[in-house]
Amino acid sequence: MLKKLRENKALQGTFLALPTTLWLFVLLIIPLFLTLIISFGKRSPDGGVIYTFTLDNYIRLFGYETNCANGQSACFDPLYVQILWRSLTLAFNTTVIVISMAYPLAYFIARAHPQKRNTYLFMVLIPLWTNFVIRVYAWMMLLRKEGAINIILGTVANWLGIDFVPLEMLYTPGAVLVGMVYEFLPFMILPIYTSLEKIDNSLYEAAADLGANPIRAFLRVTLPLSMPGVVAGTILVFIPVMGTFIVSDILGGRQVILIGNLIQRQFLDARDATFGSAASLILMVMTLIVTYFYTRKFGFGEEIVAA
Amino acid sequence: MNPFKRSPFVIIATTLVYIFLYAPIVGLILYSFNASRANVTFQGFITQTSDRVVMDGSLVVASPCGAFHWYCDLAKNRDVLEAAGNTLSIAFTATIISTIIGTMSAIALQRYDFKLKPFSQLALYIPIVIPEIVMGIGVLTLFSQFFGWLNNALALSGDARLSLGIFTVTVSHIAFMVPFVTLVVQARLQGFDKSYEEAAMDLGADEWTTFRRVTLPMLLPGVLSGALLAFTLSLDDFVITFFTNGPGSTTLPIYVYGLLRRIITPQVNALSTVWILIVFFAVMAIQILQSRDAKPRHA
Amino acid sequence: MANSEFAVELRDVVKRFVTPEGGEVAAVNHVTMQIKNGEFFSMLGSSGCGKTTSLRMIAGFEWPTEGEVYIEGKPMGHTPPFQRKVNTVFQSYALFQHMTVAQNIAFGLEMEKASADEIEKRVKRALEMVQLTGMERRKPKQLSGGQQQRVAVARALVKTPDVLLLDEPLGALDLKLRKEMQLELKALQQQLGITFIYVTHDQEEALTMSDRIAVMSGGQVQQMGTPVEVYERPANQFVADFIGESNFLEGEIKSLDAKEARVFVPALNSELVGIPINPNLVNGEQVVISIRPEKIRITDKNANAMNLFHAKVMNTVYIGSDTHIYIDVGGKRLKVLEQNHISRLDPNSFYQVGQEVGVMLMPENTLVLKKD
Repeated sequence: MLKKLRENKALQGTFLALPTTLWLFVLLIIPLFLTLIISFGKRSPDGGVIYTFTLDNYIRLFGYETNCANGQSACFDPLYVQILWRSLTLAFNTTVIVISMAYPLAYFIARAHPQKRNTYLFMVLIPLWTNFVIRVYAWMMLLRKEGAINIILGTVANWLGIDFVPLEMLYTPGAVLVGMVYEFLPFMILPIYTSLEKIDNSLYEAAADLGANPIRAFLRVTLPLSMPGVVAGTILVFIPVMGTFIVSDILGGRQVILIGNLIQRQFLDARDATFGSAASLILMVMTLIVTYFYTRKFGFGEEIVAA
Repeated sequence: MNPFKRSPFVIIATTLVYIFLYAPIVGLILYSFNASRANVTFQGFITQTSDRVVMDGSLVVASPCGAFHWYCDLAKNRDVLEAAGNTLSIAFTATIISTIIGTMSAIALQRYDFKLKPFSQLALYIPIVIPEIVMGIGVLTLFSQFFGWLNNALALSGDARLSLGIFTVTVSHIAFMVPFVTLVVQARLQGFDKSYEEAAMDLGADEWTTFRRVTLPMLLPGVLSGALLAFTLSLDDFVITFFTNGPGSTTLPIYVYGLLRRIITPQVNALSTVWILIVFFAVMAIQILQSRDAKPRHA
Repeated sequence: MANSEFAVELRDVVKRFVTPEGGEVAAVNHVTMQIKNGEFFSMLGSSGCGKTTSLRMIAGFEWPTEGEVYIEGKPMGHTPPFQRKVNTVFQSYALFQHMTVAQNIAFGLEMEKASADEIEKRVKRALEMVQLTGMERRKPKQLSGGQQQRVAVARALVKTPDVLLLDEPLGALDLKLRKEMQLELKALQQQLGITFIYVTHDQEEALTMSDRIAVMSGGQVQQMGTPVEVYERPANQFVADFIGESNFLEGEIKSLDAKEARVFVPALNSELVGIPINPNLVNGEQVVISIRPEKIRITDKNANAMNLFHAKVMNTVYIGSDTHIYIDVGGKRLKVLEQNHISRLDPNSFYQVGQEVGVMLMPENTLVLKKD
């Protein structure tokens, strides 16, 4: 038997990969299929699942509601579509802001002295590895009416002699945006840095030699070459933002509901696993579509691995 | 020589972003010394007079820890200690298992061709491209349906009923940690010269001895950084744990989340600060390991 | 201890690999070789010719798709490497980075379950053999390329194998060191009397060190013989071109017997007398004549001899010990090599460009080969 294993290289490979594949099959593939199946099911009165085939959940997600406010039997309730749209726009806005903040920083580190680069990167890594929940809490403390930001603003206002009313920053969509940007900023810095760092110094010299001023050199040489990093970072930011619910939960209170919150509530509060599963699948499909088109156009780089 | 390096725009932007990154953390740490129990406004740093501290401007509390009052408070908090214990034990178990099977699959994917390969690679990519919440509710659904069916089929009741707990959390953690371990070890394997193993076999070592005496020692830095990565992922995880934990299996992130919806004292800040420090040292360890991992030069 | 006629034998061995695109390629395509006990045998060819794959099949890292590999008369083609009494010196040395020099060398002995005393003794002797005494505690990283190479040799030889395989072991060394090591390895082989099988793409190396050479190309053996045989009597156009340099002229056989062939060469517009290399040549066949540059003699254009024809000097290149002279014969360019046994300080000692000369060949240096 050992001899058979020795001769057959494919068998060796299978043997080595089997535990992982099985594990993932049971805990990843099967759950996804289960989610799919359940999304076509109906909620039983005690919160369980009735296995049947109906598109009710999906129809409801896209606006067709049978529980109308004015007693009609059928009407259009854009609630869920709004949630989807809100999540998409939030993800988009976050990504744009994150890119504009991450790029200068990544550029700075990439062009810094080689020995200092690791230190700068290290400084980016520390917040990244601090716990997610803690980071959100930190913003909660800053944004509160009595929080640090208001204190500072108040002090400055007093010093300038202006009337100051503490800003209501918490529990607003703006707070959620700030929170999301903060959470995912490092995920954009690292890939952009990686692709910028790969650019050989001689390229800048060549551009200058050929007559390009710094701005043109940046636009025509640096920017295009750093695109793989930007793309990788976008994927690393866009997808999680779509699915995060803690940020909107803590910083947005009950005012800001995203897909993540919807799914969370369906499973825990409303105990409607079927509707939650449907929403979850729509989320997954949306992120897969975005990823597909993005990588199709820009390629899937090693920047993600490096990050 | 690039004029852009000194561009004031870049430097200012960079400084601002770094401030942005660290302001909340600094605030967090400062407030852990807040002389106020409600932790709403900053009442100044805790000052110590003998073994008492002043709280909220007037309240005097007996405390042997002085400025570190909240840290001592933290140490006395049973729930926190239990959550910390859970977090660590889950992380340890999950790390060991995911490192072993992750290393095995990395070797398989890097060096062999077999029918299962595309399926394995796909399965390993999925956790990276789908939002965590999708995976979270997926496993939750799996467990609730499966346990429900099993409990009924075997007519279990009371304590014997299968339910969410440390087992489900650990098992789910392993599922999302394995792809990362595999990725890290695979990257290390890419530069790995097969001739070392061939040399060992040439000198008389069979496959297992070769692995034990040559491959593993040389692969160890990569495996260790993969393990460390997995460990921190497990320690930090919120979403998956959120959906798969039950009574008695609370982890620290879950605990903090729960606190945020109830009373917040500077104890939370103390906890956060301690957490940050631990992570800081773990990241340093990874960096040191990775720099020692550099390939040896042929003279 | 020879218990068979040959140390290693490959009988009609084929090795096929699957390409990434899904097709199949034969890296080794029906190769048969017999390597004698105690000889220094080289496999020579450029990359992709199959020499390394053949060596790996002898070592056991690859198993033949067809045919069989015999070691000391026993079929061993499908035996794992750790069960063969054959050891390898790798191109990259493959020294275990996490072990010291002594531990590296001891490794093979540990696998044999030798006693600690014996291991210590044999390691010491191995280090003496490669002149690295005192380096026991060093790590490979701390050694120079040449030293690492010697450790690799010591590690393999300490196990007293029947056959030592060497896979381009000198490739990473600089020229001077390489030449030194060539002589050392050859001396070592003669001293120990073990069979050495050596793979290289450097023909000078092969010619210097080997008792016999197998010239390989496209997964097949083009010719097997001693260095002199391979150089002076190449079996085909490939070998004539790969080993040393050759001038090639096309022609047609006008008359043929066992010892001599007369070939009409259009470029020279005359007949040459040469020796046929293949027994399968027939009268009237289109063939190729191969002449080595150093075998051509330039003389006065009015001399009278067999195989004499007229040419014009196009260019001379001074190399130091030799001069290369490029001549034009009826539009065809030939290269001639002359040793500088006189001083060249006087520029008039060189042939002048445009000078008309006579060019002479000895029939025994005029080789008639099958056209590729």
